Amino acid sequence: MSLLNYFKTTKPNSAKLAKERLQILVAHERSSRNQPSYLPALQQELLQVIQKYIQIDQDAISVHFDSDDEQETLELNIVLPEPPQS
Amino acid sequence: MARIIVVTSGKGGVGKTTTSAAIAMGLAKKGFKTAVIDFDVGLRNLDLILGCERRVVYDFVNVINGEATLNQALIKDKRCNQLYILPASQTRDKDALTKEGVGKILEELSKTFKYIVCDSPAGIERGANLAMYFADDAFVVTNPEVASVRDSDRMLGILSSKSKRAENNDDPIKEYLLLSRYNPKRVKLGEMLSVEDVQDILSLHLLGVIPESKAVLSASNSGTPIILNEESNAGQAYLDIVERYLGEDKPHRFIDEDKKGLFGRLFRS
Repeated sequence: MSLLNYFKTTKPNSAKLAKERLQILVAHERSSRNQPSYLPALQQELLQVIQKYIQIDQDAISVHFDSDDEQETLELNIVLPEPPQS
Repeated sequence: MARIIVVTSGKGGVGKTTTSAAIAMGLAKKGFKTAVIDFDVGLRNLDLILGCERRVVYDFVNVINGEATLNQALIKDKRCNQLYILPASQTRDKDALTKEGVGKILEELSKTFKYIVCDSPAGIERGANLAMYFADDAFVVTNPEVASVRDSDRMLGILSSKSKRAENNDDPIKEYLLLSRYNPKRVKLGEMLSVEDVQDILSLHLLGVIPESKAVLSASNSGTPIILNEESNAGQAYLDIVERYLGEDKPHRFIDEDKKGLFGRLFRS
């Protein structure tokens, strides 16, 4: 069995891994390429304001900027914690 | 009116200067009056690759500052009378290049030259930005390797937003992929990104694949642009690239492993 496995397993294809990693990274970087530089600061300050009233995690808030020829949109997404079970 | 080509990559060490020297020599040998400019202020090397390092008197920054005329600074190549080199300055002052100064020189060169090749430094600082700012065509030199591909994509973003053409809403810079240091054997083994992989990621028009070749180091050792070594794969690849750029329909080569048998291998130079 183990001998059979030895012949079956080929070397991991590292080029394939490289391609997958690059595709994800490049897509992410392209989408954030035209974002205004104030976005991270905006996200941080919004988080602080919301945390004054509701306890939410750092990653519960996402800010997304999009622009086309017509308009620019700023999309804000906040995931509120589940209400406590009674 | 000259056509301005920038040779860029973002990442260092991928073959920008080798490519600039080869392409410029190739265009000049085809009979087009060509100037090649080194934008790497402080780290001049194009002169060395072209073998004219001992003939440098004045440089790019001298011309910008009015300390020399363009004709005094341009070095005429000894192998091809259509090729002229404008060396970079070795000054440590990185701010020596100005947009106005570079623009004026390119405008003056445009009157008498057919092609102007701008050899960009690595990185995304002033020299690199100015090398691409006035460009009509961009040769993006990429190695089949993650860091190089990522940096190339970054440069594509800058090319499309921070060039003169982008600012004036003119037709965008024409971008071409030059995949260098390619090793078909390693691609076949799954150890290296393939041409298709890189094209999938960057979606660029492929101008040519330059195989990894020992001849490139020998060429730089002797100060001879690799394109003059017509026996070498890399030299032939660059000649193909120049001809494709000029509109000739040449099938791509050097993508698949050499299928020569043992006999061929033994007698290959």
